[in-house]
Amino acid sequence: MTSAGKKFLSDWLGGLGRFGLLVQESLASLFTFKIAGRDLLHQMHFIGVKSQSVVLITGAFTGMVLAAQTYFQFHKINMDTATLALVGVSMCSELGPVLTGLMVAGRVGAAIAAELGTMRVTEQIDALRTLATHPVDYLVVPRLLGAVLVMPALTAEAIAIGIGAGYVVGVFLLGIDPAYSWYNMLRYTSAADLAIGIIKGVVFGGIVAIIGCYKGIHCDEGAEGVGHAATEAVVFASITILISNFFLTLMLGKLLHGT
Amino acid sequence: MIEVRDLKRSFGPQPILDGVSFGIEKGEALVIIGRSGGGKSVLLKHIIGLLQPDAGQVVIDGEDITRMNERELIRVRRKFGMVFQGAALFDSMNVAENVAFAFRRQKQFTEKEIALKVAEALDMVELPNVEHKRPAELSGGMRKRVGLARAIIYHPEIVLYDEPTTGLDPIVSDSIDKLIRRVTERLKVTTVVVTHDMRTARRVGDRIAMLHNKRIYVTGPPEDIFASVDPVVRQFIDGVADP
Repeated sequence: MTSAGKKFLSDWLGGLGRFGLLVQESLASLFTFKIAGRDLLHQMHFIGVKSQSVVLITGAFTGMVLAAQTYFQFHKINMDTATLALVGVSMCSELGPVLTGLMVAGRVGAAIAAELGTMRVTEQIDALRTLATHPVDYLVVPRLLGAVLVMPALTAEAIAIGIGAGYVVGVFLLGIDPAYSWYNMLRYTSAADLAIGIIKGVVFGGIVAIIGCYKGIHCDEGAEGVGHAATEAVVFASITILISNFFLTLMLGKLLHGT
Repeated sequence: MIEVRDLKRSFGPQPILDGVSFGIEKGEALVIIGRSGGGKSVLLKHIIGLLQPDAGQVVIDGEDITRMNERELIRVRRKFGMVFQGAALFDSMNVAENVAFAFRRQKQFTEKEIALKVAEALDMVELPNVEHKRPAELSGGMRKRVGLARAIIYHPEIVLYDEPTTGLDPIVSDSIDKLIRRVTERLKVTTVVVTHDMRTARRVGDRIAMLHNKRIYVTGPPEDIFASVDPVVRQFIDGVADP
């Protein structure tokens, strides 16, 4: 192996080890450390309340596009009233959680990495440590717990607004029969689909927060280092969401649908 | 009280410290001088366990802290206060919240008691009526004073200063030097100052140690160091560049 290859492998394994240690330390702290309510509320407000507009717009327009495209295809085989059923299932189990995760990764993941990265390069994290405060207790755990708590709510909002917007487009714009559409949606969209979406929301919230924190705490020196950390947090969180979504779909499908 | 034994540390292939050894007595004010980039701040961060050495020991009150994990170090760090080169104030908080940070985390005191202690610490550093200001609204000297107030509010046994006067004008530097001396004497703390400002070294230290070529080159009382005829020490004191 060339020296560049060895360095890449060594850096990659080192990064994986540091990430594993951060996850372990965060989980240990989560279950033993008495978290400050004010810090947790602040993070829930930042991650949840301030992501409202992004999540609602994304959910609404995704539901509208999905309803329109589904109608255009289903109309060819006279299945117009199945449009909302497809929108319901897709929004609940796939599009709602995945798009919410990606949008939150873009907004919150980058912000966490940039904030913690700036704290690192200006020695604020070292200052925390000299004040006998573990950075994981003070910086990581409130963000991780805040994201895990608010992401299911954001996902539920995206699902609800997506289905509602799809209904409006389908019924009022495209002229689908409202009663049959609603009936079919309720018939084919099960509680299990919604549960899958909510569980995915929890997992994606954890992914966004922990990757944002990791990239911030371990960012390189200087403004360039902070910029890289923010970019990498979004890219890594987005990729991790998309990959884990596939495995979650298989696992939760087997578990909750029994198929 | 503090003993550094044969400390070695490299960053990548570059050795920074190569066998640094010295001791500091309780209540003593030691100033570590040396050239920029010579490893002074790295040495200071090893003393409080912010960095771990490749080899060697840092012994605080009989305990070797070099093999402790981050949670074990929290207990030892309660003995320390540290003032950073750029003050490292938390920019999401105002001055009062910065100074009170350690107390709020411990939850031992009421809000009223904390406010009194904050006022007392700010009074000690001669910075009244700035409680509600943000760090961005403060000058460099004021930021260092707030950093010092944050470091001494819980009456630590040891206070570390990383380049306390760098970037300050001579008059503010003088006031910071006097403040360090006052804190050392009034609170009876052990003081370690890292600086390349020779006026600070002369005014603040009971003893000066010079870091040169990755090791402690010489230690002694300020008057001996400033009277030294050793060419390496002389060159640094006189501030003469290599020909």
